[in-house]
Amino acid sequence: MDEIKVLLVDDEEEFVKTLAERIEMRNLGSDIAYNGEQALKVVKDEVPDVMILDLKMPGIDGMEVLRRVKKAYPDVQVIMLTGHGSDKDENEARQLGAYDYLQKPADIDKIVSTIKNAYKNKVQKSIMAATFAEAGEFDTAREMMKENGEKKKSVKSE
Amino acid sequence: MECKPDILGWNGLQFFGAISASISHEIKNVIAIINENAGLLEDYCFMAEKGKPIDPARMKAISEKVAKQVKRGDGIIRMMNRFAHSVDEPVRSVDLAELIALVVALNGRFAANKNVKVDVRPAEAPLLLSTNPFYLENLLFLCLQYAMESAGGGGVLTLTPEKSAEGFSITITGLADFPEPFPTRPVEALLEALDATLTADPASKSLTLALKR
Repeated sequence: MDEIKVLLVDDEEEFVKTLAERIEMRNLGSDIAYNGEQALKVVKDEVPDVMILDLKMPGIDGMEVLRRVKKAYPDVQVIMLTGHGSDKDENEARQLGAYDYLQKPADIDKIVSTIKNAYKNKVQKSIMAATFAEAGEFDTAREMMKENGEKKKSVKSE
Repeated sequence: MECKPDILGWNGLQFFGAISASISHEIKNVIAIINENAGLLEDYCFMAEKGKPIDPARMKAISEKVAKQVKRGDGIIRMMNRFAHSVDEPVRSVDLAELIALVVALNGRFAANKNVKVDVRPAEAPLLLSTNPFYLENLLFLCLQYAMESAGGGGVLTLTPEKSAEGFSITITGLADFPEPFPTRPVEALLEALDATLTADPASKSLTLALKR
């Protein structure tokens, strides 16, 4: 598997630093942002493949970050990782295109496998979109890129 | 049909729910950090089994992080316990400064999320009053929510508890404006139940809650 660009976003500094260290031990490098504003800046500078995003943060919260990232970069795979257990928030995050919604505390193997699956999902969609584009079906290709997150959501709700 | 006891009851439950959700979120964060550090220790043990030596300084740092989170968790649970005991008796003697400190602590996560700093001026002497602690906590929380909304991100609110001629007052300064509707029906019902008054002063951009002794 190629090197996956992972961005970890959480205002709990000790949590996110330890998580970064542990996923690095599993051969996944990552950048860190400690709030929504920082996350949007990092994404603008270098678009990640996968984001691990906390929901409740000071300033721009995780839901707003998700909304803005999916609007500007629909193929970024966003995994929510939060201590906030509301079904309403989970539904909203999935509707906005979150790839998955994990609860804290989460098992490291689960986090790593979700990152890898999210990345695979991104790559597969890109390949399929490219195939359609090569065949001249540009509208289908565009739709595929746009629906990147939405298809995952419908699979989850079935 | 809606009557005052229902407003107080339902609003009280909403307050209790909001605080419980916030506290459970905080506790989950603490558990998540402990979980990651426990996992990190396991990772290091696994590497040691493969022949990579363990750095004692690194182990000590991880252990200190866990101890710090245990202390943080204990503080959160103590606060939750004090809050839960607010409903033990309908009326009892409370120190206003302690009650304010509890509400400001319970409001901590809400303030952080809105990026508002909340300071409390220490009282010069104990401010003892006989009141319904839960209603007063609820009222102060609602006033703080309103004041934080008014102050906006980057705002600083200061709470000043003082003795007054009739009893005590709590002044909240640092508001920016006074958007309607305020006071809301729950605030009005709580003011009536506590025989208290609330005054907004646009000139000094403050709210003053007056409580009888």
